[in-house]
Amino acid sequence: MNQESFFRSSVRKLLKNKLATVCFIIVVIELILVIGAPLFTSFDPNEVSVMNRLRPGFWAESTGKVLEGHWLGTDEMGRDVWSRLLYGGRVSLAVGFISMTIGITIGTVFGMLAGFYKRLDNIIMRLMDILFTFPGVLLALLIVAMLGVSTVNATIAISLWSVPSFARMIRGRVLQIKEEEYILAIRSLGAGDIWILSRHVLKNALPTIIVIATMRIAGSIMSIATLSYLGLGVPAPTAEWGGMISSAKTFMYAAPYLIIIPGIAVVITVVCFNILGDKLRDILDPGLKD
Amino acid sequence: MGKYILKRICIMILMLIGMSFIVFASMYLAPGDPAEIAAGPSATAEEIEIMRAYLGLDKPFWTQYISYLTNLLHGNLGTSLITRQPIWSELSIRIPNTLNLAVAAMIFACVLGIPLGIIAAINKDTAVDNALTTLSLFGISVPNFWLGSILILFFCVKLGVFPTGGMDHYFWTAIGFSQVFLPAMSLGMQSAASFTRIGRSSMLDVLQSDYVRTARAKGLREKAVVLIHALKNALIPIVTQMGTSFGGLLSGAIVTEQVFAINGIGSYLINAINQRNYTAVQGTVLLIAAMFISINLIVDLLYCVIDPRIKYE
Repeated sequence: MNQESFFRSSVRKLLKNKLATVCFIIVVIELILVIGAPLFTSFDPNEVSVMNRLRPGFWAESTGKVLEGHWLGTDEMGRDVWSRLLYGGRVSLAVGFISMTIGITIGTVFGMLAGFYKRLDNIIMRLMDILFTFPGVLLALLIVAMLGVSTVNATIAISLWSVPSFARMIRGRVLQIKEEEYILAIRSLGAGDIWILSRHVLKNALPTIIVIATMRIAGSIMSIATLSYLGLGVPAPTAEWGGMISSAKTFMYAAPYLIIIPGIAVVITVVCFNILGDKLRDILDPGLKD
Repeated sequence: MGKYILKRICIMILMLIGMSFIVFASMYLAPGDPAEIAAGPSATAEEIEIMRAYLGLDKPFWTQYISYLTNLLHGNLGTSLITRQPIWSELSIRIPNTLNLAVAAMIFACVLGIPLGIIAAINKDTAVDNALTTLSLFGISVPNFWLGSILILFFCVKLGVFPTGGMDHYFWTAIGFSQVFLPAMSLGMQSAASFTRIGRSSMLDVLQSDYVRTARAKGLREKAVVLIHALKNALIPIVTQMGTSFGGLLSGAIVTEQVFAINGIGSYLINAINQRNYTAVQGTVLLIAAMFISINLIVDLLYCVIDPRIKYE
């Protein structure tokens, strides 16, 4: 079976599942919306309008406070929420994708080497532990405290923060796999380390990798939102979902929709990626099939 | 085994030294000037220089690091640049709040997450399984600061049943429980959901193994097969996840403390960063790191206990 047909058949099987298809469509629509943001909104996401602060959206139609055109209302500075949601999504999705890719690549390599080679185990895992001892936000805080607040620094921080958890869990799986008898059998047939690692260990660890990656793409999108919420991610006034929630904190009681709307955007995006990954795992993981 | 533990403790001390170096170096390389911050906004250039000499910041990097390390070995985390108080005494009154929150969140996550994972696995491909799997996906997908805000909006503003913030009692007391309930729920939700997912997939893996088939074949009841034979092996990935999660809870607490106005080490750290209080940042980061290294050691030791197939020298 060659690689191309393997992936093509995976996608085809994926789209046979209704839930996965729905999520796939939502993600595609979302990508179209955020990439083509100027086509879907006529407002500048950073255009301040002091006269039109905190106007509610379509849900308050009957009160007469709704401004023409602002169907999701305006925020505490009179900026259009729909437009900030679209432009904010650009940043969240881009940072999420890039940092997840960097993180999983480095993490998988380290995890496989550490689990397979006892000599490397200690060195790699202690290195990972050092990264690991700055869990989550902590590493980001150090990097931000060092380099200053910027989107690029936040992306670096999120990539590095994915690495140790990937490496640790993949190592855990590889430790189990290499004790299994079929590895001994393959080895006794004369297979070398590289062959065993790339053909058998990687293949058997793949379900684990997909489960973790599933969680991590969700994690990466949430991480940038968290950093921005703490004021250490995407600098204001650039729209970003976490930053939108953060600046709405003060107006929580007067305008709860400013917190609810961007939060729903995060949850929908992350849930869709999670479900896609989940179904993909069912397809790619023969061990879980009957 | 005893030798292994001893070896790991030595490694842990080495790691703490490595950690202290990384933290010290990164703050040393940070562009701000600690002497200027310590001297205050109205200080003259001369006063700043005096402060620099007083803090020892005019000495070379290695001299500064060695004296920092010596202080650490004496249990001295340094002095806050802003308040001039020992950092340890400022942190030690906040540690109980953060641990209280993190432990409560971990208990919430285990009590909710692990049983749901097992239930999903033994009901594979039924409506129960589908519902739990989908719910756990939502649980993982909710950012803890957003969940916290929504819980406040719903429970505190609409229903008025829990306090909106603050924490000054332990979770096992009645007041403490009401204070910690919402923060622990918003902090622990992601961990709970990941326990359900990992628990389900590892339990399914184990249930298909030969020894489980043997256990069934010799006529054991399903309950005994699942709870006695399968659970022990299914726990291995969950234990890995618990180690990872505890770090997540400690760092997540930094965010949750902001949402619920809890005076813990996370709030202290955020304050220190905003005030560019470098010595306080160093001390707090090292403290969280030390807590987390200890947890990792415990997780690795637990491996040996629950899975003798994994061998250590």
